[in-house]
Amino acid sequence: MKHDVTDKDLRIVSRDLRKLIIETTHHAGMGHTGGSLSEVEILAALYFRVLRGLNPGGAEDPKRDRFILSKGHATPGYYGILALRGFFPVEELMSFDSLGSRLQAHPDMKKTPGVDMSTGSLGQGLSCGIGFAAAAARDESLGGFVTFVLMGDGEMQEGQVWEAALYAGSRHLPGLVAIVDANGLQLASTVSDSSNPEPINAKWRSFGWMVFEADGHNPEELAEVLEAARAASKDGPAAVIARTVKGKGVSFMEGRPEWHGKAPDDSEKDAALKEILS
Amino acid sequence: MIGERIAQRRAFGRALVEMAPDYPKMLVLDPDVCTSTQTALFREAFPERFLPMGIAEANAVSAAAGLACCGFIPWVSAFSVFLAARALDQIRVSVAQTGLPVKLNAAYGGLPSGRGGATHSSVEDLAVMRSLPGMTVLCPADAVEAGAMAREAMRISGPVYLRTVRCEVPTIFEDDFRPEIGKAVVLNEGSDVAIVSEGMMSARALEAAKILKNEGLGVRVLHVGTIKPLDEAAIIKASRECGALLTVENHSVLGGLGGAVCEILAESAPCRVRRLGFPDVFMESGDDEAIFSRFGLDAEGIAEAARNLAGIEEQSGEGHEHSRNQ
Repeated sequence: MKHDVTDKDLRIVSRDLRKLIIETTHHAGMGHTGGSLSEVEILAALYFRVLRGLNPGGAEDPKRDRFILSKGHATPGYYGILALRGFFPVEELMSFDSLGSRLQAHPDMKKTPGVDMSTGSLGQGLSCGIGFAAAAARDESLGGFVTFVLMGDGEMQEGQVWEAALYAGSRHLPGLVAIVDANGLQLASTVSDSSNPEPINAKWRSFGWMVFEADGHNPEELAEVLEAARAASKDGPAAVIARTVKGKGVSFMEGRPEWHGKAPDDSEKDAALKEILS
Repeated sequence: MIGERIAQRRAFGRALVEMAPDYPKMLVLDPDVCTSTQTALFREAFPERFLPMGIAEANAVSAAAGLACCGFIPWVSAFSVFLAARALDQIRVSVAQTGLPVKLNAAYGGLPSGRGGATHSSVEDLAVMRSLPGMTVLCPADAVEAGAMAREAMRISGPVYLRTVRCEVPTIFEDDFRPEIGKAVVLNEGSDVAIVSEGMMSARALEAAKILKNEGLGVRVLHVGTIKPLDEAAIIKASRECGALLTVENHSVLGGLGGAVCEILAESAPCRVRRLGFPDVFMESGDDEAIFSRFGLDAEGIAEAARNLAGIEEQSGEGHEHSRNQ
């Protein structure tokens, strides 16, 4: 299968993506800025190193790796990486969340080029990923593609995540990689002050998953770990726990739950871009 | 054979097995109810195409959507209450919003749930399912139509909610009957009053029509096997030609067939309407027929409601107790 290794510096991709996230939510006047900033390096590593068979602007390859943004509110980051990878023009990001736009508040596979699965209600993506992986496992013509599902650590409070974890783990389902963007925050509080999913690694392991851990803001390390998880997933499901910071890259957003679903105003945008581009 | 009592789930299970060779991409996902919903027949015949999903409807529905993205046509076969209520969010986002060809076999629809009482009686599911854009909602009258609709569901490009009942129901259609999705069927001609019924209630509506025929009342029985898309023309025609219309459903009177019919008639062809179904209460344990009778959902109760609606009082002058519950 065609492996879309690009030679672009992942740190530059990450910087560009952060800039687009700030510009997107600022322009829309809303959007999930914090959780988009925490997933930046994960998306950069996936879309510029790890995912096979991408064909931006062309016909979809049925053998391509699949990606599901289960933390579906983090679309500013998702659409940003799709734009940077060439699925649609970067300028289109300014239509985010506006009437008639292909870029809906939450991912819509029927509207947005490059989106493999509609999501938005937390907890569903991993189960959808099970369906993709089960399809790849039983239909040779699909070329044994691998499905990556990105979740939040707060999302692990949803019960369906554990229905999926139990199913895939107990049945040793191949071709499925779960990624946890473990930024430690959720909408209204820290994750630890809520229904705390820690220790995350031990939970996935006990459900029968191979567990990998990575610095979620080191894109090269992430690319290596995601590659390792991709390879390991031929024997069963793999989970990559990426330790991240919500709002990463903008000092006044980092670690602040209030930036979960908030857009920067004009001066905040300028300050944020200054930090990101410095 | 007409009149023979057969369980729809049996017909459904058989239809899956019979269709399987024609649809190599068809799969069955089972949240641990296959011996009840009769997809165990499929498990026996095509074990490699049968996915035991454990007692986890939400995971099963979303996984089915993922499979459907990759060219498979999955049936999720479960109790209707645990699809329409428990897995509603998954059906809404992963299945209806995407328009994927996920087929939902909603067994144990309505009251007959094996004496399951309030938790297992699925009397709100039609209201919920018909409100989802793009969802086709089917309620076959008997085993013949259940099997035929399973086949029709495979020809529909999007999602389908096929609702059957647990109990045995009398056969009203000949073996070669082929339902047309979106078309109601006139089971009995008449123009004094119309009974518009769904699913297993249509056999009872026919019985009621026979009772009333002996009293000189011409009852049109319109079987609505497709709740969505609804055959609006047939309902408007019944309203205009009969002037009075009784809806009968194995479902709450809120938002199901009665609600759907009223939505159309209020805008296009108002007439006297009465809705027969379960009132706004939770079901309780007990014999199915005793509960049906309590709410006037037996042939006598339907006949009485239609009689009253037509404006002809019962000659004996004594009404049935159960009708007062409506």
